[in-house]
Amino acid sequence: MDKKHPLEAMDREKFQELVVNKWKVSLSLTAAMMLAYFGFILVLAYAPRLLSVKIGEHMTLGIPIGIMVIVLAIVLTGIYVFWANSSYDRKVQEVLKSMRRK
Amino acid sequence: MDIVDTAIGQPSATSITFFLIFIIATLTITYYAAKKSKSASQFYAAGRGVTGMQNGLALSGDYMSAASFLGIAGLVSLRGFDGLIYSIGFLVGWPILMFLIAEPLRNLGKFTFVDVLAYRLSKRPIRIAASGGSLMTVFFYLIAQMVGAGTLIMMIFGMPYELAVVIVGMVMIMYVLFGGMIATTWVQIIKAVLLLSGGTIMVLLIMIHFGFSYGELFRQASMTYGDRVLEPGGLVASPLDAVSLGIALMFGTAGLPHILMRFYTVRDAKTARRSVFYATGFIGFFYILTFTIGFGAMVIVGQEAIAAMDSGGNMAAMLLAEATGGAVFLGFIAAVAFATILAVVAGLTLAGASTLSHDLYAGVFRFGRSTEKEEVKVARISTLSLGVMAIVLGLVFQGQNVAFMVGLAFAVAASANFPALVLSILWRNYSTFGACLSIVTGTVLAVGLIIISPTVWVEILNNPTAIFPLSNPAIISVAGAFAAGYIGSKLRPDPEASSRYEEQKVRNYLGVGAE
Repeated sequence: MDKKHPLEAMDREKFQELVVNKWKVSLSLTAAMMLAYFGFILVLAYAPRLLSVKIGEHMTLGIPIGIMVIVLAIVLTGIYVFWANSSYDRKVQEVLKSMRRK
Repeated sequence: MDIVDTAIGQPSATSITFFLIFIIATLTITYYAAKKSKSASQFYAAGRGVTGMQNGLALSGDYMSAASFLGIAGLVSLRGFDGLIYSIGFLVGWPILMFLIAEPLRNLGKFTFVDVLAYRLSKRPIRIAASGGSLMTVFFYLIAQMVGAGTLIMMIFGMPYELAVVIVGMVMIMYVLFGGMIATTWVQIIKAVLLLSGGTIMVLLIMIHFGFSYGELFRQASMTYGDRVLEPGGLVASPLDAVSLGIALMFGTAGLPHILMRFYTVRDAKTARRSVFYATGFIGFFYILTFTIGFGAMVIVGQEAIAAMDSGGNMAAMLLAEATGGAVFLGFIAAVAFATILAVVAGLTLAGASTLSHDLYAGVFRFGRSTEKEEVKVARISTLSLGVMAIVLGLVFQGQNVAFMVGLAFAVAASANFPALVLSILWRNYSTFGACLSIVTGTVLAVGLIIISPTVWVEILNNPTAIFPLSNPAIISVAGAFAAGYIGSKLRPDPEASSRYEEQKVRNYLGVGAE
């Protein structure tokens, strides 16, 4: 058995790729959430009439859009969990394996 | 109150019965939890045995306060669409918490978020600074919750304010003192299930009234109160103000100590991640419920009756419960509101006590050399002291306008705790000096600017004009904290902390060595 520290045996390239990938996904999803929320607020502040537009006799555009921001928050966290459970965790296991192998 | 014929404001047999069942059930759990809560890992982190679904419920239990249930339903009932804007703000922080903080937090820390910062920065200075930010957040949130608790319970049960505050304080102390995190978690789970199911039943009762059609609900609302209830009103005054509050809410959630602490109750980062998804789902669902309840109350109870009970609309959900489900349902919802208040203050107190015992006592005063037994003992003493302090604060601030303190708690969390966490996770050259400077700058700016803002300087201190124009300081204080972190780290680098970054990364992303 090689007595090398497991960290030295680690597949550096794969690990770095995993980290970069994780932040690509995390930051894109963060940007999507910020865009939706601050976009909503800025429309409220600068063009509230846009949200008062009638879609049907007793319904404004604002209500479905507001509900959609709520649903989007749930969907984005769902996407992240789905991605992490499938892709991220698998890569973590691969890197861990490279540490054990040597 | 004469124009409204209601049983609200009088203690009824049903509400007391429901409340007693809740108290007996939770104290029984506390009793069994107390037998287990001997070790630090049990007291702070429920032995890390909480499942993803349980933690999702507990997280939402910690977050869904009575103020947001009764307050947002009330806001919707009186102002319609504007209430929705408010609830959206309180949800959007959860995805951010998931994407940026949840997994590193779980992998790098032990019991509190301060552990994450102390992982590679100099332990004593960073623990002192970060405990400051943590305690300030808990302090402001606790004042808002205690005053809200006294006022709401007084309105719902007709109980004197002082008595309400003392009861909430004492029951909450029992949960935390004896049952630690195990009891607190179960109180949160029960409360979340009660609140979500109570809200769902109420929405079903509303929907029966309108033939299961939202179109009919909105039609009747706009027929009576005009199209304005379906449109944005005057809630968003200045764009800069709205964005600043948005920043506080979005990034503050990821800096709330009592929320962050929950991640240590689960086994690993994977479970932590799953629990945030459940929590986001529950809280989002809850806000859709409160939106519906608000409109239901507007039409079924009527804005005049709601405003006559309380000008802020806080009794809208109660009046609706009575109108749709009679005295029994009113009693149930009243008890749920009480349980909600209790659970939130218990979570806050536990977070505050953990900072005092784990970060300050064990980490700073004893150089990390205290035994686990001593640490848990100090945690219990801290719980008792914080509980008594919460009662005293509730009494001192009676009748004061403390609504701004929730915004302030979020602003401090977003300015002091969030930037420090993000930078320590992502930036190799983040130094101890930079982190401390960032936390102090964030806290001082958030608190200082809110004092000279319109909310305090004009509305509370009665000065003619505000020195700082915005109601929420986050846009300045969050940016200031990030800048201070950068400048501080450049001025006084910390080669030792930087050299440990690789090691931190391995634990952060692979979970190797995570406790």
